[in-house]
Amino acid sequence: MTTRIDRRFAALKKEGRAALVTFVTAGDPDYETSLKIVKGLPRAGADVIEFGMPFTDPMADGPAIQAAGLRALAAGQTMKKTLRLVRQFRKDDQDTPIVLMGYYNPVYVYGVDKFLKDAKAAGVDGLIVVDLPPEEDHELCLPAIKAGLNFIRLATPTTDDRRAPKVFRNTSGFVYYVSVLGITGTKAPDLKSVKANVKRLKKHTTLPIAVGFGVKTAEQARAIARDADGVVVGSALVDAIRLSLTKAGKPTSKTAKAVHALVGDIARGVRS
Amino acid sequence: MNVTPPNSFRTGPDENGLFGIYGGRFVAETLMPLILELEQAYKDAKADPTFQAELDDFLEHYVGRPSPLYFAERLTEHLGGAKIYFKRDELNHTGAHKINNVMGQILLARRMGKKRIIAETGAGQHGVATATACARFGLECIVYMGEVDIARQKPNVFRMKLLGAEVVPALSGSRTLKDALNEALRDWVANVEDTFYCIGTVAGPHPYPEMVRDFQSVIGRETRAQMLKREGRLPDSLVAAIGGGSNAMGLFHPFLDDKDVEIYGVEAAGLGLRTKTKHAASITGGRPGILHGNRTYLLMDDDGQIIEGHSISAGLDYPGIGPEHAWLHDMGRVNYVSATDKEALEAFQLCCRLEGIIPALEPAHALAYVMKLAPTKPKDHLMVMNMCGRGDKDIFTVADILGVKL
Repeated sequence: MTTRIDRRFAALKKEGRAALVTFVTAGDPDYETSLKIVKGLPRAGADVIEFGMPFTDPMADGPAIQAAGLRALAAGQTMKKTLRLVRQFRKDDQDTPIVLMGYYNPVYVYGVDKFLKDAKAAGVDGLIVVDLPPEEDHELCLPAIKAGLNFIRLATPTTDDRRAPKVFRNTSGFVYYVSVLGITGTKAPDLKSVKANVKRLKKHTTLPIAVGFGVKTAEQARAIARDADGVVVGSALVDAIRLSLTKAGKPTSKTAKAVHALVGDIARGVRS
Repeated sequence: MNVTPPNSFRTGPDENGLFGIYGGRFVAETLMPLILELEQAYKDAKADPTFQAELDDFLEHYVGRPSPLYFAERLTEHLGGAKIYFKRDELNHTGAHKINNVMGQILLARRMGKKRIIAETGAGQHGVATATACARFGLECIVYMGEVDIARQKPNVFRMKLLGAEVVPALSGSRTLKDALNEALRDWVANVEDTFYCIGTVAGPHPYPEMVRDFQSVIGRETRAQMLKREGRLPDSLVAAIGGGSNAMGLFHPFLDDKDVEIYGVEAAGLGLRTKTKHAASITGGRPGILHGNRTYLLMDDDGQIIEGHSISAGLDYPGIGPEHAWLHDMGRVNYVSATDKEALEAFQLCCRLEGIIPALEPAHALAYVMKLAPTKPKDHLMVMNMCGRGDKDIFTVADILGVKL
């Protein structure tokens, strides 16, 4: 079974370049602006879209993405609305893969079976759930694969050669390599270590490896794109949203433009 | 829930860290190798008699164990029913039961060669206990504490600083205990090589609920022996307050298979369970979900977003509860009940005047339930309440509510 994610990475491989994977939080800063942002991402240069499912207690995220989640929740974002955003995006775009990323509790409370059915129907292609290591695969990973969704796992610098086979066993779509020890958006990746680790992990998987956590500039993206199959940018985009807001936290005419401009800039880095 | 009770309530968790459906290891991949390493290290320590001997020695000479089992004679007369005993864990060094667990974890951290200790704290008791043990062993200590809690627990913040700990405010979310836990987990992810996370309650990813329970079970083991010596038989009932649930689990666990012992866990009902959001009763007012590495009962909205608990006691306003408690609730082995802010405050004052003991606001909740339960029991009913902390830290909060200016 090939999925949108498989097809997209295969096509980019033919083009001979890495994928730009962009992360924004669904419903940040509000529903309408979020829809505008996500609809414009492919044209701005995003190859794969990661859409954050907001959660009150995101334990692996830094201040930027924490704040994005709280902005979305304050504006009334719910899981239902996140799936509706995906449906509205899919009306105009049948090719760009969408990956929902977040924490298990909102999915669990929504109901695993119902979530998988509704997500698939909305046009979701894959899931990244930060607090579900392979030890908990029976919770969501195996049912997701059965439902035809990719389950994308995070690999980290602590994923050593002994542990890697376990981490990759039920992973599909791509592997998200977390380039730093820490939370999102706080430290800059060490390029030498990224290169060595991507090379090391390639021994364990044939899946594309995308690298993220701390990538903020076109320059970093260009460097990482040389060694990996994809570059993930998140906190920098979410920060661009924050900087475009009014003092009261309301979106402005600049909000979507700011995100698209930054994505365009980083896309040029990835493609050069 | 209709379930067949197991042959023993004391065998959990299983190899995946589960108590029934509760518990587990819901953490980011970065932490997974550390959790597995900790599990192995704890297994090894548990099997090593020199580890237990070292811990026992510190518990006796540094913490001051065993803590007395005290017959609360005037309270018993006043309530006119059950014969009430207090397990005096408020007499421990640092003033609460928290140090029992901290001594165990810090000795384990030393065995593992970890030099940097992180902890979360709500009311500050676990933070003070951790800072104390770190000072004793010359370890670096960082305590995460919600900005809101820092403001309402100033004496404990100063104590931690005197003991050489760094107190880092948790500025995210609702800026209380749950956010302190998030920040500690974020620190751990970023400092996996040299850092040991000393969790203060029977929650978090496996093996923490089991490990903290084991270290706190000294409370229940002593209670058994002391009651047998004093009354020649086991108690008829046990009562303890529950936030995350470590003092309660410590008292309850050694008695779980004594079917005739009634067990009561008292959650904080805050301004009342009917307020929906102004309480911290995760079992009575919550439902199962996943937070901080384990599945358990949580306070949350219909979309799975966590709701901040409310209680007069900063030590009880955690929106979750240890997974073993969640399981014991479903099994029907422990009765989970609740007491409001107002009831706890009344119990607090009564205890001061009748027994000359200023209790912490946490055990004041247990006492509030004792005040309801004891009069319904006969005079030969032996009831043990865990006096898990002393109230020195709470006098400012209480003065404030009573309208007294200090």
